[in-house]
Parts: sequence; C-alpha cells; structure tokens
Amino acid sequence: MTTGLTRPDGPAKLTGTAHYAADADTSDALAAALVTTTVPNGRLTALHTADAEAAPGVVRVLTRADLPPLGELSTPPLGFPVPPLLEDTVHHEGEPIAVVLAETWEQARHAATLVRAEYADVTPAVPFGQAEDVVPHGGLVFGETDESKGDVTAGLAAADVSVTATYTTADRHHSPIEPHATLARWDGDQLVLHSSVQSVLFAQAALAALFGVPPENVRVFCPFVGGGFGCKGFVWPHIPLAAAAARVTGRPVKLVLTRAQMFTLAGHQPATRQTVSLGATSDGRLTALRHTSSNASAQLGDYCENTPHGSTWMYASPAIETSTRIQRLHRPGPTPMRSPHEGPGMFALESAMDELAHELGMDPVELRLRNEPEVDPLTGEPFSSRKLVECLREGARRFGWSERNPEIGSMRDGHELIGWGMAAATMDSPRSPSSARLRIDHTGHVVVETGMQEIGTGLPAMVQAVAAETLGCPPEDVAVRHGDSDFPPHTGTFGSMSTMGLGSAVRAAAESALEKLGAEPGDPLAGALAEAGLTELESEGRWSPEGGGMTRGRTGGYSIHTYGSIFVEVRVDPDLGLLRMSRAVGVYAGGRILNPLAARSQMIGGITWGYGQAVLEQSVFEPNLGRFLSKNLAGYIVPVNADIGEIDVSFVDDDDRVASAIGAKGIGELGAVGVSAAIANAVFHATGRRVRDLPIRIHHLLP
Amino acid sequence: MIPFDYQRAEDTRSAVATVTARPGAAFLGAGTNLVDHLKLGVAAPDLLVDVSHLPFDMIEPLAGGGVRIGATVRNSDLAVDPVIRQRYPMVSAALLSGASGQLRNVATTAGNLMQRTRCPYFQDVTTPCNKRRPGSGCSALEGYHRDHAILGASRHCVAVHPSDLAVALTALGAVVQVEGVKGARSIPIIDLYRLPDDAPQHDTVLEHGELITAVDLPALPMATRSTYRKVRDRASYAFALVSVAAAVDVERGTVRDVRVALGGVAHKPWRARRAEEALRGAPATDDAFRAAAEAELAGARPLRDNAFKVPMARNTIVATLRELTRREEP
Amino acid sequence: MRVNVEVNGEQRTEDNVWEGESLLSLLRDRLGLPGAKNACEQGECGSCTVYLDGVPVCACLVAAGQAEGRSVRTVEGLADGDALHPVQQAFVEAGAVQCGFCTPGLLVATHDLLSRVSHPSDGEIREALAGNLCRCTGYEHILDAVRLAATRGGGRRDQEWRSPDRAGRPGAGAPRDTGDPECER
Repeated sequence: MTTGLTRPDGPAKLTGTAHYAADADTSDALAAALVTTTVPNGRLTALHTADAEAAPGVVRVLTRADLPPLGELSTPPLGFPVPPLLEDTVHHEGEPIAVVLAETWEQARHAATLVRAEYADVTPAVPFGQAEDVVPHGGLVFGETDESKGDVTAGLAAADVSVTATYTTADRHHSPIEPHATLARWDGDQLVLHSSVQSVLFAQAALAALFGVPPENVRVFCPFVGGGFGCKGFVWPHIPLAAAAARVTGRPVKLVLTRAQMFTLAGHQPATRQTVSLGATSDGRLTALRHTSSNASAQLGDYCENTPHGSTWMYASPAIETSTRIQRLHRPGPTPMRSPHEGPGMFALESAMDELAHELGMDPVELRLRNEPEVDPLTGEPFSSRKLVECLREGARRFGWSERNPEIGSMRDGHELIGWGMAAATMDSPRSPSSARLRIDHTGHVVVETGMQEIGTGLPAMVQAVAAETLGCPPEDVAVRHGDSDFPPHTGTFGSMSTMGLGSAVRAAAESALEKLGAEPGDPLAGALAEAGLTELESEGRWSPEGGGMTRGRTGGYSIHTYGSIFVEVRVDPDLGLLRMSRAVGVYAGGRILNPLAARSQMIGGITWGYGQAVLEQSVFEPNLGRFLSKNLAGYIVPVNADIGEIDVSFVDDDDRVASAIGAKGIGELGAVGVSAAIANAVFHATGRRVRDLPIRIHHLLP
Repeated sequence: MIPFDYQRAEDTRSAVATVTARPGAAFLGAGTNLVDHLKLGVAAPDLLVDVSHLPFDMIEPLAGGGVRIGATVRNSDLAVDPVIRQRYPMVSAALLSGASGQLRNVATTAGNLMQRTRCPYFQDVTTPCNKRRPGSGCSALEGYHRDHAILGASRHCVAVHPSDLAVALTALGAVVQVEGVKGARSIPIIDLYRLPDDAPQHDTVLEHGELITAVDLPALPMATRSTYRKVRDRASYAFALVSVAAAVDVERGTVRDVRVALGGVAHKPWRARRAEEALRGAPATDDAFRAAAEAELAGARPLRDNAFKVPMARNTIVATLRELTRREEP
Repeated sequence: MRVNVEVNGEQRTEDNVWEGESLLSLLRDRLGLPGAKNACEQGECGSCTVYLDGVPVCACLVAAGQAEGRSVRTVEGLADGDALHPVQQAFVEAGAVQCGFCTPGLLVATHDLLSRVSHPSDGEIREALAGNLCRCTGYEHILDAVRLAATRGGGRRDQEWRSPDRAGRPGAGAPRDTGDPECER
C-alpha cells in the first residue's frame, strides 16, 4: 500500500457530513424542475402550462415572459451562449423552455411532464459527418486551429514508409456521479448561491453580469464537488434559471438537474474524426507528420476539440501540419471533458505510431525513442522539463515489455488471446492565477483560505502539505477552508491547473508570513508570534503565470507539458469477442509530486477513465430523433469495479520550476491519455484487427 | 412520478380483487423496475398494491421431486439457496449475473419475471413506441437497435426481454403459478411470455389483476449440470447482448438430453428447441454444438445493426455446451 | 400519508409524505440525512445505498410507503460518535476517497460485504461493489481499502446489528449473495 498524506476532507466525506450543493438546507426552498425541448430544431410556437399549474404542490410555472431581464455574456464563463428560455429558436433537444416550481422535487418533476409544447419547422437533424467542416471561432476554441512548419507533402513523398489512417472517437458524457445542483437565495440585491461548480469565481462573475449587480453582491459556496471532469467548469443555464426563479418568487429555489438533463445541459466531449499521416525513413525517423481533425459542435457557440494539438510537440519531425475544424449541428453544446484535446487526439496519433512501427517492423517503444525531440519541434523553444524517454524506459521495464513476442496472435493463455500494447501520453500545461490567505493564531495553528473547490483531486491535502512544508510545521497544524467566493480567488478546478497555481500561491502566502515574522522554516510558530508581539498574523499569497492571466503550455519562451507512458495487457476471447484489460502500467512525469497517495489515485482513475473511453463509453446520437438516446447510466455505460484489472502507477523524478514555484505540474488529466491507443494497439497485437473507431466493442472483435 | 395511492396488501385474495377491479391499479413488488418507470412516466398507475410482504417467501420441495419458489423470495436469497445451487446451478448463475447486489437484495422472483424491456425508446416517453403507446410506431426498427431482437420480432416491436432468471427458467421448463379472481392457474413459462406480433404492449399472457404466487421447477436431474453464460459490454452490471442457459446430460460422449434457452435475442426468453432436437443423440463435440446452434439461428432475422448477435449467439451456445460437457461427471 | 420508520436506531414519524416520494427523498429532504446521495435516480450507481432491514438497497428505488415500519441505517449511522468505523478509516487511509460522492454508498456496500464475508477475494470485492459506480474511477484504491478493512476485522464489529433472519430465511450463517465473480469465466 502506498503511504502518503491522508486527506483532511476525508472524515466529512466518510460520515455523510461533507455538504454538496444539493445537501444545503432547503426547508424553506422551492424545488425547481426544468421543462426541455423534445425536438432538435425549429421554433417553439406554444407552451401550455395549465395542467402543470394545477398539479399537486405546484407554486408556479415560469416561462420566458416571467424572467427578469438578463445581461449579455460570452462563453466562457457561460457554457452555452443562449440565454435560458429567451428565444423561440430551438437549438437542440433538451433545451430549457420552462421552470416548474413546487414544494417537493417529485412534485416539480411530475408537473414538468404536464407542460405541453408545440413546435413548427422541425426538420431532420443532420448527423456529424454530413455537415460542412468550418473553421471555429470564439471563446471555446482553445488555441490555433492551424499550425505548421516544413513541407509535409514533400516529407511524405521522401519517406521510405508511410501510413495514413482515419480514426474516430465517440460522443462521451462526463457523467459525474453528482448531478448539477444549485440553491439560489436572494436577500434584496444580494444573491447567495450554493452550486456544484468547478469555479466559484466564474459563477460569481457570470451571475453578477447576468443580473446586473456588482460581483461582491454575489456569494457562491461550493466547498465540495461530487465530480465534474469539465462539465461544471462553465456556467450552464440552470444556474441563472435557479437564481431568476428565486428572484421572481422571493423564495429560495433549489434546482437539481435530472440525470437525463445532464446529457443535454452540461456539455459533452463531441465525436471526432481525425486523419493522421506519418512518413518515416527505414530506420524509423519521422519525415512528416500531418494530423487533421473535425468535431461535432453546436448550432450556436463553436466548440473546438483541438485533437491535433499534442501532435505539434510530441515527436521530432522536420515537417508538421495540423488543422482542426468543426461541424455546426443541432445538438447540445460540447465542453472540455477529461481529457480534452489530447485525450481523443493521442488515440489517433499513438495508434498511427503503432501502425508505423508495424510497417517498419520496429518495436513501438523504440520508434518513439528514435523520434524524441531536443526542443519543441514546432517552435524550436526549449521544454521546461520533458521526461518522456524516462517514462518509456521505466514503463517498459515495469511491464516486462522485453518479453513481448511481436508476432500477431502469438501470445495466449489457454483459450484467450493476449495482446500487449503501449502508447505515449502527453497533456498541455495551461496555467492560471490563484491566491490564498493564510492566518496563524497565537497557538501556532494555521488556517488557509482559498476560493478553490475540492473536486476529488485532494487539493486541501495539497494546500496543507505546501503550507506545512514552507512553514516547517506539521501538516495537521494546518486547516484548509475553501469553496467560498469571499475567500481569495482561485481560477477554477479544471484544466489540471490547480496544483501549480494554488500551490504556488500558498507557498507565497507562507513565505510572506515567515518574512513578516522574521522566522525561518521550522521555527515554532506560536513562539514566533509571541516574539513579534502578535496574537494573530495574516498574509496573502498570489501567483499567476507570465502575463497575469490564463496561459497555455507554450508560454514565456518555454514549451510546458506533462508526459507519460502507458503499457497494457488485454485478453480477448476469440469466440465471443470479449475484451478485458487485465493489466496496465503507467509511468508519468508531471513535475514534483506533492502527495503521492492523491497523485496515484488521480492516475489510477485516469487509466480507468481511459479504459472507459477505449471500450465502453459512447453516447448514441439518434439521427431520426436528433438527440442523445440513452440519457442515463444504464444506457451510457462507464467502467465498474469488475472491469478493472491490476494497475501499476509510478512517477519518474521531475521538478519543473518553470511551470510553477513549487516544481509541480498538473496531472489531473494526464492519466486518461493514451490508454485507448495502448488498448487498440494491444488488440491489434492479440488479434491482428486494427480498430480505429472508439469504443472498441465486442462486435468489432467477433470472428 | 404521477400521484397514486399506495396500499399494502393484506392477503392475496384482496390484493387480486383490488387490482382487478381498478384498471389503473398495479402490483408493486420490490419496485426496482416499477418505481423507475413511475419516475420516467413509463408507468402511471393510480394505485399501487404492495405485495412484497405476502407470504410467498419460501423455497419448498414439491411432491414430484421439483421445487417451488415463492413469488416474493428475493433474488439474493434464491441465488444462494443450497438446493438451488446444487440442483439448478443455472438459476443461481443467471441471478448473480444480473443487476447489482443492492437490487438483488430486494428484487423478487415474480418481479424479476415481470420486469420490462430496457429498449431506450420504451423508457423515453417522448419517443414513439408501440409497447408503451400502442400504434405510435417502433422507433428502434429504423433507429438504434444494436441491443435488439434477432428472433421472433415483428415490425411492431423489436425489443428484447431483459430478465436473466427467466432464461434459466425457460430452459428448465418451469411452471408459473398464478392467482386471479377466477381462481388459480398454472402456466408453463414458455407460454407466459409472448412474441410481440401486433400487440407488443402485452409482455405476457397474464390478465390484469392476475398475480404470480410461485414458480415451480421440475425435477430435472440433468439440471445439476447446467450453467448460464451472459455476454455483455461491461464486465458486470449490464444487460445481456446474448445469454445462454443450458443443461446437458452426456453419456459416453453422446448427448442424451439437453436444454438450451437464449436471452437478449427475442421479445421473450427463447427456448432453443431446434438446437435441442439436433443435439439429442449427437456426439458432444464442437461441430455438433455448432451445427445445432446454426439450426436454431437459421430463423434469425437480424436488423441493420445487430447482425453480430447471430455469430455471437452461435459461439456462446458452443462455448457454453463445451464448458458443460468438458466438466467432470457430477 | 404518514410514514413511520426507524432510522439509525431512532424512531421517526413523518406526515404528509407524498406517495410519489422515494425513501431517498424522505431521508434527504425530510429527515435531514443528506449522506445518501441522489445521483442516477434509477439504481444504476449505488450512491443512495442504505441498509433497509439490514440489507443494502438503492433508496432511490424504494417508494417511501414501502419503508413503513422498517428500519433504515445510513452512512450517518456507521461511525460510533466521533470514532470512525474501521471501514471508514480504511477508506481514507487507502486513498479510496476522492470526490466523495459515491463514498457513502460504497461504505454501506463494503460494510455489508465484510459483515458477510470477512476476507473476500478480489473477485468477490469487485463483483460485490459492481453496483457502486465511482466516476473518479479510483477502483484500485477502493479495493485496497476493502482489503485493509478486512485485515482489521472491519465486518465483525457489526454482525450482531444485522437482522439475522429476514422473513424467516435465510438464517444466520447461511451463504450469502456475493455476486458471481466467475460469471464470465
């Protein structure tokens, strides 16, 4: 068993006393239920609410006419750019058109089924793949849509061996176990919000702008998030709707999305279609790399899944070309999902690398080692730290890769075919500002306050560890308070950014405290305060990357990313097509690891998440109805305990002081990258079948 | 959830009388399927008569050597019953392959048999579905139907029955005991379930107000060598793409008798009589198993996107029979 | 309707319960016990797992009226005052707690597993917990936690609490459903 810091938030979560948004006391609150569109497009022509209004317990049914005027706002912080209830135009199935308010949740939900809507001009929804590819614009395009250097066409022509293949990934839903929930309460022009969000800062800013009040009038609480994975990063329509309903009725309103609404009102990872071309010399050196992509997006508000992004820094190639496009469709708005961009993108690149290795007759690990760049291959800038080679070598060693017989179908265990496959992993390292306030009382007890939400990754333990390390005090002397917009702001718990920003801010706050006290790390704090004649000391720490705002991985003359390798063993029943992952070894380089226990949990979770992407997860978009079909956890299957075999996670030594003041980088999403490619590559090794479409399902592997 | 009245049944007679007299009434067992349907609006009874406490919670020997399973025996209890495990292992295996511990702990024998299809259109009240709203059309026929029927479907409905237990009981030739206002009757389970034809709204031949009180298993010595195999996307807690319940009696390499039923392929648990016929007297070999499976599946009419179920069913039959016949004599 | 139910050892009575409410809503919204979570609404995720008459069930699929006269134990009733139950202690030590939303249901399911099987195999653990989804997907550490709790006798302490004989059968000591880890073979 790993030892490491146990989390300070543990006891509350273990005893049911950690309060999530829907757990806030609601004895005087109205329960809200949303009525949503049942068609993908056209116009809403009539809404009949009388039956709902007459249903038991119903207090009111709100439609567009009942809402207060709301301000204009962009994406982000909004998740989707259409103000709730405010248009006749239907943008997608599952879009809110009315809010039912009742005394209990069940009553509200029942009454919501009694609201009848009429529509006109509804046409069949165009599925992904049948619309035009266009260049995306706007706030949900995270970076360049087109990048290149060198002459890829010439590089491919000059190659001894080349491969070109098209890969697809499925629509996937975050499906956190906790559904979105918001409790809104107005007191005059002061709004208090308990909401499950990955950024109290975004929620505060968005609600202030929408309701035309100063941000300080909006207080958002969210100490705990029951899983987000990206779907709670931005502000989705139910949050302003809950606040609007509370404003209109003068009573607190609690709005919990149904599980089905989680499939249309909180984003998803859109289906992608990617083509990768690789050219190489006969000794396995790349001559060209082209990676193009298109993803399903919504009718309004472009979302770009920048899948080729990682391909621009992964391998040394004299010519690199990437482009990414979208198709504007009548479907719910996508949003980043663990792991955005590189998650689906590395499935394509790392599958193509395996195909190239096979064509070359070269070991796939060796192929990657031969193409290790010394500097960022696109920009020529140095890497802040890059330990991919170490990850590959250590992964191969731990897995026992040298025992692999490269011949297809050569490894068996009784009736079962065994396949060994591997892939490299990478994630961009976006970073963002954070801050923390630190207080030391006369007993030497330390309290750190920050707007951060604990979302499962163990940030309170990280804060505790950094504060204790900097001050030289025992971690248990440090208490962490979080998830209140009155605390110093933290950008958000998303994008694998929190440890870098918040850790650095906490360190700054602790250093500032020591400086004020004239103390050294390890000096007894109570004594230091007494010596300084203080009963309490307060300090603040702030941290931001170069430029002061949110940055992406290529910043300040450096190329900043995280790396890893993933090796898997799959077992395939050749008669039934059953595929299971019996073993996985992941080795990661993500800067300095502050809390090994929490870090291992993250990576194990990531590998399991990647298994879901590889083998299980797919939201079926029903073309005749123009909607996601099975909007529940029976129809959208995610991994269960019984799916998962042995997982071995480790880290190589890494310490990146360019990325952050504490040497850490973000690893929250890295573990999920590459797993699907490694599994597909292992399936090829076991069966000779190259599956280029995720998820790999039984019907792909049946004889 | 629509408003409804809730009553706890006092006894069988009054429960049957109450539900029979009220067209909108329904029996409530554990509720693991019905309570879900109430939330989804798939079911909208105005009265629920809770029969989960009626005294049908025993597993008892029958005169002819069979076993009677009470209607309210919980799935968990049935699965681990020593007699069931020893004499009818396929029943145990089928139950344990279904749902999760939390659901098996409360789900009843009769409730398991009466559960309804998991067709996503059936469960979504905003879509056309002949089973839910007769005459509205079958959305799955031209829509998403990977999980749907390959045998015995009609253009009105291509849904499959979700129960694992029912597949095992069908292979065994179990008989369902039913109480109604007109008295008791016994229905072989093979006749309990219907094919969809033009009335897919009826899963079974039960009339409104008829209550299952027990399921009788025949004395079937060969069932000691039986099993249930379920093929599904997820390693646990998922409905079957295809499942096979099989029992076999082999003497000196020859199949003397055999029972095979398939799940996940039809509107009802599918007794594979053609396969059984082909196997009786045949050598217990993969070739014979394959030929028998193909005989059964010759009648398969897969849909656009579920043709894979035909080879999957064939191979699962072969794998299951192979496994059973390669075990040592019990 | 009125519902009388014993919750964590205390007799509770709630009036004006709508027939359409679930046991989960009754616990969370009326009885002030938000430990069991509302998540999937249909028994798919196990986050609402509570003991009902001594067996773990999904409270979201139990109509409130079905709980009449019965006994319920929730995650709030596992610890002994401030002292965590060994199962709870093992979860935090093994890093099996992440976002925490599935945790209450997992604790009840694990508590139940260990009270029936003191040293479950890995296969038994995985199958017994298949009804509890963890979307942080920390299943490996959950497995560690169950193993750790087992070595500390996590199940023994509570055996006397369980209703030993539900509806006359199966009796105490009878084999119990731990799933079928071999069902796929």
